[in-house]
Formats: sequence, structure tokens, C-alpha cells
Amino acid sequence: MTELLAATKKGLFVLEGAPGEQFTITGRAFAGEPVEYALRDRHSGRLIATTTSPIYGPKIWCTDDLAGEWAQAEGIALPDDAADALKRIWVIVSGEAPGTLYAGGDPGVLFESHDGGASWQVNRGLWDQPSRPEWQPGGGGLCLHSIAPWPGDPQRLAVAVSAAGMWLTEDGGSSWRRGNQGLVAAYLPEEARTESDSLCVHHVERAPGRPERLFMQFHGGVYRSDDAGESWTSIADGLPSDFGFPLAVDPADPDSAFLIPLKADTDRVTPEGRVLVWETRDAGASWTARGEGLPQGDAYLTILRQAFTRAREGAALELYFGTTTGEIFGSGDAGASWSTVAERLPPVYSLVANA
Amino acid sequence: MPLVRVRGPLKRLADDRSEHVIDAPTVHELLHELERQHPALTGWVLDERGAIRRHINVYVNGERGGPETTVEAADKVDVLPAISGGCRR
Repeated sequence: MTELLAATKKGLFVLEGAPGEQFTITGRAFAGEPVEYALRDRHSGRLIATTTSPIYGPKIWCTDDLAGEWAQAEGIALPDDAADALKRIWVIVSGEAPGTLYAGGDPGVLFESHDGGASWQVNRGLWDQPSRPEWQPGGGGLCLHSIAPWPGDPQRLAVAVSAAGMWLTEDGGSSWRRGNQGLVAAYLPEEARTESDSLCVHHVERAPGRPERLFMQFHGGVYRSDDAGESWTSIADGLPSDFGFPLAVDPADPDSAFLIPLKADTDRVTPEGRVLVWETRDAGASWTARGEGLPQGDAYLTILRQAFTRAREGAALELYFGTTTGEIFGSGDAGASWSTVAERLPPVYSLVANA
Repeated sequence: MPLVRVRGPLKRLADDRSEHVIDAPTVHELLHELERQHPALTGWVLDERGAIRRHINVYVNGERGGPETTVEAADKVDVLPAISGGCRR
């Protein structure tokens, strides 16, 4: 049985089922509220969710029992020296050390918790970066949306900010440095590209079995790093579009990555009305379209940054993605075939699978 | 002393009471005092900068007030979510 945590515009939906079948909604929380992201902490099993009420602002919540009460986490606020209030939490990730979680938000802020999500503190090392006043927001805001822990080493972490690029730490977040060598901001005038740090990273995932390898979906580009995010090589050749947000990897295969490209920044839908997941098994040297069971005509879908997820690995790899039109599609055979898992949900903001 | 009225999630966070008697000279100070008396409200009406959240409306005796609006002893202050019809979310 696989559990899906679908964070939507109108609440959190918990679904359960098996690959290839329609999933059943087994729980709902925060009815009517926009839920940005929800996960089950891999250490404690606790459910953690973040909401962004347009009235009351962003919050993080925790519960050990979906049917019970959610407790509001403490500390989700910017430091006193911030010019503005916190706008949104984009993503929450379990850290390597038990009890540690990270949350990324707008404006380019990293929170950390060391008590299983009950309380949070701003990571001052990243917050105090001297370049911060020059950080430019992307279309979705100045969002810290990707957090990639290093398996087995709680001191090493990579995060990405749109549009302030990649940031790397090797001392648990006390100090940070950029990791942007090789990225090309084609959306900037050619003369400005080499000097600018306005780098609109859309999504980063680390290959767990080979942690120095990362894959990146950029704002116009797809890249791979084999040196822990220091430098990047384009792997976009063979894709129908180098624009998109969703990205997943197979933990069993460090040469694997899965993308769902969108047509362009000016037309953020599946290209040509066909829904295709593009797979590489050779670290980006070649790409193969996987669409069996997915809509292949008149389907102009949008899949948001955090709405593509996976469970298990290898031949049993399960992949799931949700759309802004309320469908969830799933595969139980590593993307070879797909089926509709759920439909007629509110717009899906993010999806996390637990198997 | 002024009477402050809250509803919905704010009521629940304020000891599940909708009416609160709070002495303060302005709306801003009144909301600060409400938050001080009910710490669970922290971050819900005022953001971390101390500003009234954009989609919170405050009415004093039925008239829209701002943070500097003065509050008298017999005033009734309503703290309400804004009606955001048509918003994208």
C-alpha cells in the first residue's frame, strides 16, 4: 500500500492505494485552506504540513494522528532585521540527523528544526549572506524550493533559491558558498550572463546512491553536477523543451532522472497537448519519452514544481504526479506505464509518496 | 474599556472567547495587547514586523480603522478577515 500526501489549493488530501489502481481518499485536513506541502518525517513518521492562509499568513503544523489535532509549530517568522514578513513555505525535508528537518521559504529563507518540527529557527548563515540585498525573485517569488541533504552526512546540504542560484554548505549550515559554475541564464542579455548571479533554478534533486551527483531543472536548461553542485553540465539535448519544474530520481540508479517538461516559460503546459514523462538512464546523455497510459491528445496540463514524487526504487520504483486541474497519475513500474490514480481534486500544489 | 471581538480561528486561539476587554489607546497597541494576553494568536493578526496582516480588517464602532486609529473606553473593535472575493487562491 502506498500513501500519497496531496497538498492542494483546498486542503491536504491523504490517499491510499496500490500502483495501477485508483487510490482512495482516506483523510483530509485544513479543509478550504491552501496547503503548500506535506510530508511524513522519515525519522518519526510524524505528519508535517505547511499552509499559507491569504489572511493569516504561512504556518507549519504537525500531528502524529491524521484524525487528531494539528499543533502549530513555533518560530515560523523572519528575524527582526527582515524588511518584510515571511510570505510562504515552499518545501519541508527531513534531515539526516533524527529530529532535524529543513523548510525553505520566501524570501530565500531556510528554517531548521531539531525537535521533529515542533519549533524552527532561521538558518543565520544563509540569511546573513552579504549578497542577499541583490537577490532577485523569480516569477513565484524569492523562493527557497529545493533542499538536498547528503545521505549519511548531516553537515552537508545543498539548497536552491529562485533566482539566487545554488548554495552549498559543509558545516551544517554555518557557512555557505555558491555552486553555479556552468549555469547559463539565457533569459538575461548575453553581456550580463557571466557576471550575474540572478540564476533561476527551478528544481534540484540529489542521487542518493552517489551523493556528489545532482540533477537540475533550470529556467531554460537541464543540468547535471558530478562534483556536489560546484559545477554543472548541460544535459538538455534530446528533450522537447528545456523548461519545466518537476524532477525526480530513482534512488537505486544514480544515472536516472525523470522530468516533465513544459512547453516554455510563456506557455507552462505539457507540449503539444501530450503528457509525457522523460526518462534518462545514462545521466542525461539520452532521454526517452514515457507516456503509456497518460493523455496523449488535447491535454494541456500544468504540473507544479513539487507535484512529482516517487516511492520505492529500481524495478519497483513508483512515480506519481499531480496537476493543477486536479488529476494524479501514477506508475508502479518505474515509468513504463501509467494510470489515473485520482481525479477531480483541487489544484495539486505538491505530492509526496510513502510506501 | 474597549471591547474587542474576534471570530473563526482567531476566537479559537483566544481561549475560545469572541469578546475581550482590552485597554489600549490605539488599534495597533490594542492588537499587540491582545496578542500578549493570548500568545497563540502570535503571527495571526500582526506579522513578525508588527504590521496588521494585509487581509485583516479592523473596524472601530463599525468604521474601518488603521493601526493609528484611537480607541476610547466605550468603543467596540471588530477584527475580521477581509472579503477577498475573486482572489486567485
